[in-house]
Formats: sequence, C-alpha cells, structure tokens
Amino acid sequence: MPHPLVCRDAVELMSDYLEGALSRRDRRRLERHLAGCPHCSAYLEQMRATIAAAGVVAPEDLEPQALDDLVEIFRKFHEPDED
Amino acid sequence: MDDDELLAQLLGGDEKAFAELVGRYHASLVRVALYYVNSEASAQDVAQETWIAVMKGVERFEGRSSFKTWLFRILVNRARTLGVKEHRTVPVDPTDPGASVAARRFDEGGTWREPPVPFTERVDDAINNERILRLVHDAIRRLPETQRAVVTLRDVQGLSTMEVAQLLELSEANVRVILHRARARVRGDVETKLKGGGA
Repeated sequence: MPHPLVCRDAVELMSDYLEGALSRRDRRRLERHLAGCPHCSAYLEQMRATIAAAGVVAPEDLEPQALDDLVEIFRKFHEPDED
Repeated sequence: MDDDELLAQLLGGDEKAFAELVGRYHASLVRVALYYVNSEASAQDVAQETWIAVMKGVERFEGRSSFKTWLFRILVNRARTLGVKEHRTVPVDPTDPGASVAARRFDEGGTWREPPVPFTERVDDAINNERILRLVHDAIRRLPETQRAVVTLRDVQGLSTMEVAQLLELSEANVRVILHRARARVRGDVETKLKGGGA
C-alpha cells in the first residue's frame, strides 16, 4: 500500500495529472487524495482555469503598429507586377 | 473560422484572412522568438520575417502538419539562426527549482495551512472573466523565457507536448517539468493579484 499523499506533494503532481502523464499508481494516489481534500481540489480547478484562460488569445497582445506593418507588406506582396 | 479556411482565403490573396491569422498568432510568435533572441525588437523582426515566409510559401504548404505547427517551425528556424548570430545562449537546464506553492502555506505535516483562494465563485467562469484572462496573460508575459515559450506553445496555442519538445529541442519530460513550473507560477501570480485586490 503506497503512502498517502500530503497536500504539499499533491500540488506537484497536478500539471502532469492534467497532461495525462502520471503513472497509474500516482494517478490513483492523487485521485484518492483529491476525493478527501477540498483545498487540493480547489487548487486543481484553478490550474484548469489557468490553462483554459491561457488558451483564449488576448487580442490586446497584438500591437496595432505590428499589424499595420504586416498588412502593408501583404499589400505590396500582392500588388500586380508593373513590368 | 478555422485556420484551414483562412488559409484557403489567404491563397486567394484575401487581406482580411491574413490579418485574422496575424491576430491569432503574432503575439505568440514574438513570445516564442524571445526564447532565442536578445531583444523585443529582434523578436518582432523574426515574427515579421515569418509572416513574409508564409506569404511566399503558402502555395507550397501541403497540410501534412497543421498550419500552426508549420508556422512555429518557420519561426523557430529563423529565430535560432538569428539567436546564433546574436550569441544568445539558450539555458541548458531551463528548470526553475522552486516549489509550486510557498512552503509557509503548508503545516509541518504538509497539509494546507493557507489554502488556495478561489478565483471566482464558479471556476468555469474563468474564461468568461475578463479580469482573470488579463491576469493570466500578464503572468505569462512575466515568466522566464523558457517557461514563457513552453506555455505559449502548449497552453496558449494548444500544440502537443511532443510538438513543443521537437520545436524547442527539449525532451518531452523536460517540457512537462517546465510546463509544471510555469503553470504553478501563473496560478500563484493570479491568486496573489486577486487576493491583494491589485491589478
């Protein structure tokens, strides 16, 4: 029977758990811990929320100048050849 | 509209489709380029060159990989070449040795003393919550460059761990360790900001 996990160790397994990269044994230890620990369950939910939020690309990250420059290059590229 | 549809329109010279793709990927391209080059200006240049390569090469894109993977491969190849020119050394052991959560938040037995503070009343609100979205993306921008590159490719753009490992020339195990550190840091950062009431 493996040692039960403590919270401090459980949080170190969360990312791999979400990646599906834990061994069967560690996954079961973590799931058993989560079933009895609302705080670690809250931590896991925050981890999920963080990853989900990361996947929403923030449009304000794109500087308008960078877009303008690129669109300008695009237009030049697609101009019909004059010769 | 998905990338393939946009790509089809791009082939026809559609400027709006091009601008849409730039909106989706440019910021991520810059962030990943910063893993290889010294300055924001160089990273912007590499990202711009990548788009030019896309315009020139889109007709030859065969769809054997996703557009996204193709795009980041072009970026990484260019950034790496420039990084070599700039003598930028990529960290050999890019792991951050800290714990996911500060030790003082656990008691001696390892149980929470100061448990996590919920982000919102309902966690599934997070992606609809502008403030959380902003805090997460701000936190990603502040990560050390290796963590930022890995999180950008894996969590922001959704590439597989294997693809991230191939692009950045890391082992998959290493990618997972870096990802773990980065996510823990981003989560902690968001929690601190929400708790402190600061922006």
